[in-house]
Amino acid sequence: MRKFGYKTRSMAVKGKKLLEVEQLEVVFNTRDGEVKAVNKLDFSMQSGETLAIVGESGSGKSQTALAIMKLLAANGKTRGAARFYGRNLLEMTATEINEVRGEHIAMIFQDPTSSLNPYMTIEEQMLEVLMRHRKMSRKDARLRVLEMLTQVDIPDPERRIRQYPHEYSGGMQQRVLIAMGLLCQPELLIADEPTTALDVTVQDQIKRLMRELKEKFNTSILLITHDLGVVAGLADKVLVMYAGQLVESAPVDEIFYRPRHPYTAALLKAVPRLDQVGDYDMHPIPGNPPNLLKLPKGCAFRNRCEMAFDACAQMPEVREVAPGHKLRCFLDGGALK
Amino acid sequence: MSDVSKSILRVQDLHVYYPVETGTLFKRQTSMLKALNGVSFELAPGESLGIVGESGCGKSTLARAILGLQQPTSGRVLWQSEPLHEMSAASLREKRKELQIIFQDPTASLNPRLKIGDTIAEPLHNFYPRMDKLQVEERVKGMMQMVGLLPNMLNRYPHEFSGGQCQRVGIARALILNPKLVVCDEPVSSLDVSIQAQIVNLLKDLQKKLSLSLIFIAHDLSVVKSISERVMVMYLGKVMELAPREEIYTRPRHPYTSDLMRAVPIPDPEVERNKMDIVTYGDTPSPMDPPSGCPFRTRCPWARKRCAEDVPILRRVGGEGKVACHYADEIELPK
Repeated sequence: MRKFGYKTRSMAVKGKKLLEVEQLEVVFNTRDGEVKAVNKLDFSMQSGETLAIVGESGSGKSQTALAIMKLLAANGKTRGAARFYGRNLLEMTATEINEVRGEHIAMIFQDPTSSLNPYMTIEEQMLEVLMRHRKMSRKDARLRVLEMLTQVDIPDPERRIRQYPHEYSGGMQQRVLIAMGLLCQPELLIADEPTTALDVTVQDQIKRLMRELKEKFNTSILLITHDLGVVAGLADKVLVMYAGQLVESAPVDEIFYRPRHPYTAALLKAVPRLDQVGDYDMHPIPGNPPNLLKLPKGCAFRNRCEMAFDACAQMPEVREVAPGHKLRCFLDGGALK
Repeated sequence: MSDVSKSILRVQDLHVYYPVETGTLFKRQTSMLKALNGVSFELAPGESLGIVGESGCGKSTLARAILGLQQPTSGRVLWQSEPLHEMSAASLREKRKELQIIFQDPTASLNPRLKIGDTIAEPLHNFYPRMDKLQVEERVKGMMQMVGLLPNMLNRYPHEFSGGQCQRVGIARALILNPKLVVCDEPVSSLDVSIQAQIVNLLKDLQKKLSLSLIFIAHDLSVVKSISERVMVMYLGKVMELAPREEIYTRPRHPYTSDLMRAVPIPDPEVERNKMDIVTYGDTPSPMDPPSGCPFRTRCPWARKRCAEDVPILRRVGGEGKVACHYADEIELPK
């Protein structure tokens, strides 16, 4: 790709998967004891794919993303491996991971306001990326930045680029962050709840933008979210987490039309739907989100599960119930309604 | 329902402007932020009204004004036919027993150093200082049971609870004085989806059981669907549409309502893949400098010359509901 006057320094190695996470564990030492936020998680991503990790608070979805980027809090430790084109990110030195960050893997966060430096103009913040990672001249970098801002539909970029973050609305700030993330044409974009803090009409715009950019730049996206609605419109594959573990993963249509884990099915039902005319009922999941310090023995979802039975006092193993469909549950009567 | 004599709450042409000051040493007022720009509606006893709008629409300012926490620039709030903002401090304090609020962030709105039993009892101590200790405890326990908390959790602290449980504490605190109206300002926005439904169902049950009037504020149309008998859509300090829920969800009449509806993602990949573009583009204009005429016109694809000149009034266009759009009876909104 020579479109922007430089070659992409790809890390791609033939035959190697974009991302392979094996037995990932994230453990925090806290005053109340050791908390296992992520527990033996396995998943992989092909290049060009969008994988959504879905879960509620305490499911470990964000810690998984942070662990991959080596951005965990100081009291957090990782075990296992997260291989990016075969190289284990978790074992990289600070210099190595810094090269990967921004250049090969970019990340955008939930709250765009706190992700931008309030003391720097948008121009300074964006140029820095290219001047540092690509060693581009100021002039070239500026052209490239303006082009990218046009791609994410920032009107009048020549003028807006000189402004400070507070002069942008939330939706515009998130556009800037997406543009910034894509400046080096990373192979992987990790988006942690990219639309949660935005107004609904703006959420929709950002979702469309992400879909468009993915096609245009062939960027793989790891989408972290609690919102199954966002997932339906963006993801190719879905991984559902509960209390730090994978409970179900499958291609997007399988998850939505043929869920097999009671938690997935309950979560789908809990989303209020505007397309169902005349249905004014809400369908909660009983109980409370899991407390990682006091998990029940066996299946973590057991005490909220309507279908739990004696066997659930043991932890079910993950097994493949259909091609590409993994499930951690003793039940297997097929798809749940 | 909208029989005027029966209304418990009447909001009449309410305006709230906040002065905007610039300069560090010599402050001067440079402009006005028009948070509420002529809002009127009524609420019947026992009715639940959903108020929906995106950031900057004035929904939280409206909540504060209804509770007497915000002095209006002009217009009136009549609580049981008495103008709330013209009362003496003493009688306003008395009215506070009848008007309660539930906040968005349940963990931030509880005092972390107070046991939850004390948090729930605080309004009683405040308004009935001579109430017998045992009686207070009894009422607190009864209220805890009512909101789905075990009464033996009385001596625990907020950090021992999940977000959903903290919100139940917030609800108990709001209800302990037997209010007539409860304003819920985004009570479930910060909760997990599975818990949101629990809290909405709880509020719905309590509203029926205690025949409360309820105002439920939200930033999108999905959560209010289940709990509101009528829904009011706001944009830049104005009411765009106010209609019974059967009407607004099946046939929205304002372009903004229709977009707000279609912007909510549906958890169905097939539906999402085939969804048409929503027509609203860009961001909400600044409330410091709202567009002339119809505030929505800058984002509305149907806007015509008249929309920049005349402010549309809230009017009936067939059906029960009212809509503020000059062309509501002409335009064909996408499904």
